[in-house]
Amino acid sequence: MLDDRYPLAFRLYPYQQAPDQSHEAHHPVVVLGGGPVGLATALDLGLQGIPVVLLDDHEGPGQGSRAICFAKRTLEIAQRYGCGTPMVDKGVVWNLGKVFRDDAKLFEFNLLPEDGHRFPAFINLQQPYFEKFLFERIEAAIADGAPIDIRGKNRVDGVETRDDLVRLEVTTPDGPYALTTDWLIGCDGAGSPLRKRMGLGFEGQVFEDNFLIADITMDGDFPTERWFWFEPWFKSGASTLLHKQPDGVWRVDFQIGWDIDRDEELKEDKVRARLDAMLGPEVSYDLVWTSIYTFQCRRMTTFRQGRVIFAGDAAHQVSPFGARGANSGIQDADNLGWKLGLVLSGQAPESLLDSYDSERRLAADENILNSTRSTEFITPKTPASRMFRDAVLDLAQDHPFARPLVNSGRLSLPSTYDGSPLNGEDALPDGPARTRPGSPCPDAPLGEGFLLDQLGGGFVLLTLNAGDPAPLEMHGLNVATLNLTGALQPDLRDRYLGPAGSAVYLIRPDQHVAARWQTFDPERVVQALATATGHGS
Amino acid sequence: MTPLNTAPNIDDPDGFYAELVAAHDGLTPDDSAALNARLILLLANHIGDRATLRDAIEAAKRPNFSG
Ligand SMILES: Cc1cc2nc3c(=O)[nH]c(=O)nc-3n(C[C@H](O)[C@H](O)[C@H](O)COP(=O)(O)OP(=O)(O)OC[C@H]3O[C@@H](n4cnc5c(N)ncnc54)[C@H](O)[C@@H]3O)c2cc1C
Repeated sequence: MLDDRYPLAFRLYPYQQAPDQSHEAHHPVVVLGGGPVGLATALDLGLQGIPVVLLDDHEGPGQGSRAICFAKRTLEIAQRYGCGTPMVDKGVVWNLGKVFRDDAKLFEFNLLPEDGHRFPAFINLQQPYFEKFLFERIEAAIADGAPIDIRGKNRVDGVETRDDLVRLEVTTPDGPYALTTDWLIGCDGAGSPLRKRMGLGFEGQVFEDNFLIADITMDGDFPTERWFWFEPWFKSGASTLLHKQPDGVWRVDFQIGWDIDRDEELKEDKVRARLDAMLGPEVSYDLVWTSIYTFQCRRMTTFRQGRVIFAGDAAHQVSPFGARGANSGIQDADNLGWKLGLVLSGQAPESLLDSYDSERRLAADENILNSTRSTEFITPKTPASRMFRDAVLDLAQDHPFARPLVNSGRLSLPSTYDGSPLNGEDALPDGPARTRPGSPCPDAPLGEGFLLDQLGGGFVLLTLNAGDPAPLEMHGLNVATLNLTGALQPDLRDRYLGPAGSAVYLIRPDQHVAARWQTFDPERVVQALATATGHGS
Repeated sequence: MTPLNTAPNIDDPDGFYAELVAAHDGLTPDDSAALNARLILLLANHIGDRATLRDAIEAAKRPNFSG
C-alpha cells in the first residue's frame, strides 16, 4: 500500500512510471526524501550537471506549515540556486519583536539588520511555499538540461549497503522495483526510516512539553511583529507566540504542558477556547491548520556511513525555538553539494566527504546548544532554573541589562567552521574576525549589486587592491578571480579588509572562506586549494 | 580580566551584612530566593567580566577550598 501519510499542500511531482522500473538501473546519486533539504540537495547537484534521482513517498509538500522563519543565509543559498527572489517577494519581512509577561510589555527589540546585504535577517514564509519555490527552480533547471529526476510516490522500503554501492528497494503504485547508486543522500526527515533501517543511533534530549500550533486568518488588528508572552494573562499557555505569515495567516503557538490528551486538545472548540481568551470575543478568525508538537534536540554520531550520507532532520533535530531546523538543513545541502560534485568528477578524494561530516556536525552542535538554551529559558527544567528565569523577567521591564538575557529564541546564524581540516592560512594581519577562514562570506554592496552574486558556485579568488591575478587551474579545477581595485565601498572594506591595505581571499563554492592573505602568492593559493579540496596532508 | 577579589573590600561590613539580611525580612523562602536571584543578576551585570564571573561561580561552588 502506498497511502499518503499526510494531505498535500501542493501536488508538485505526480507519480509517473520511470523507464528503469522494469530493470535494475544504476545512478551516481540518489536523494531520499523531497523535503526542503532533499530538494535543495538535488538542485545543487543538478545545477552542477550531476545526474540525480530524488525519491519521495508523496507527490508534494504536506499541508500546514512547520517552518515559518527562513534566515538570511538560507535566502543567500537559495539565491545561488536561483530562487531567493521569489521567496523574499512572497515572504513577510519583520523587524520588530515584543516581549510580554502577564499583561505587561517588558520591552521591544528591533532586529536592526545590518545594512549592505541583499537579504533581510529573516522572512516568514510557510514551508510548503519554500519547497514549492525550490521545486519550481528545479523544473526550470531541468528545462535547461539539468539532469534531475524527481519521482513522487516512490517509497524506499529496503536498503542494502555495500562497499561499492547502495541498493534500494522502492515501492510505487505500479509495484516494487530496485535501483543501485554510488551515493545515497538520506534526507528522509526526523523519523528517518533509513537511519532506523541501518540501525544508527540518534541520541539527545527530549523536552517534556507540548506546543499547540494554530495557524489562523483573522480580521484582528495586529502589526507585522513577533509577539512573545511569558505566562500570559489570557492563560492559554505557559507561553504564547504570535507571528505573521503571508496570505494573512498568523501563527499562534501555545505551550500547553506535558500531561495532556492530544486528541482532546486538538478538538476545534478546545483550540478556539484558547484563541478566544487570547484575542478577545470581538475578533473573528478561521482556523487554517492546527497541530501539536513535542521536540527533541539530538543528532547522529556521524553523518556519513560509507556511501550513505545524512542531511537535514534525518541527521540532526533541534527545537523550533530559533528556527534552526530547515535553515541548518539547507546549509547541509550547500556544504555537501560541491564536495560530492568534486568527488564524483574525480577532482577530490572521497575523504573530502568526511569534512562534510565534521563541519556540519560542528554546526549541528552549535544549533543544538542554542536551541536548547532557548528551550531551557522558555520551559525551565529545575526550580533553580525557573527562579533565575523569573528573576530575569522581573528585572527586564525596568533594567535594560536584563533584556539580552531574555531568550525566546535566537536568530539563526550560519556556523563558522573554525578548526576545519579544509581551512588554510589566515595570513591577513588584523583581518576582520567575521571573514576568518571557515566563515560564511558576509554580503556587501558591490557596484549596483551585491558581492555574493559574484561568488558563483565554484572556487573564487577574491582580491581587494591586490593586483590583477589571472584565473588559476589546478588538477583540472578552475578558480575564477574577482579582482576589485580602487576606492572600495565602505561595507566591503569593513568586512574584508579591516585596517589592511590589500587582501586576497580563496572562497569555496559554498561561499565560505578557505584561506586569506594580504598579497597574492600563487603557490600559497594552490596549497590552500589543495587543502580545501581534501588533497592536503 | 579583573581577578576575583576575595580580599576584604566592603566598607562597613557589619552595616552591609545587616542590610542584606534585612532585605529578606518577612519574605517567604520562595520570595527570598527570588530576591537573591535578582540581586545576583544585578551584581553580575555590574561586574560584567565573564572570567571574573566564572571564578565567582567556581568559588561559590567550593566554599571551603582556598586557592
Ligand atoms: C512546529 C515546527 C516549527 C518549525 N519552525 C521552523 C522554522 O521556523 N524555521 C526552520 O528553519 N525550521 C523550522 N522547523 C523545522 C523544519 O520543519 C524541518 O527542519 C525541516 O522540515 C527538515 O527538512 P528535511 O528535508 O530534512 O525533512 P522533511 O521536511 O521531514 O522531509 C522528509 C521527506 O522525506 C520523505 N520520506 C520519509 N520517508 C521516506 C521513504 N521511506 N521513502 C521516500 N520518502 C520518504 C517524507 O515524506 C518527506 O517528504 C519547524 C518544525 C516544526 C515541527
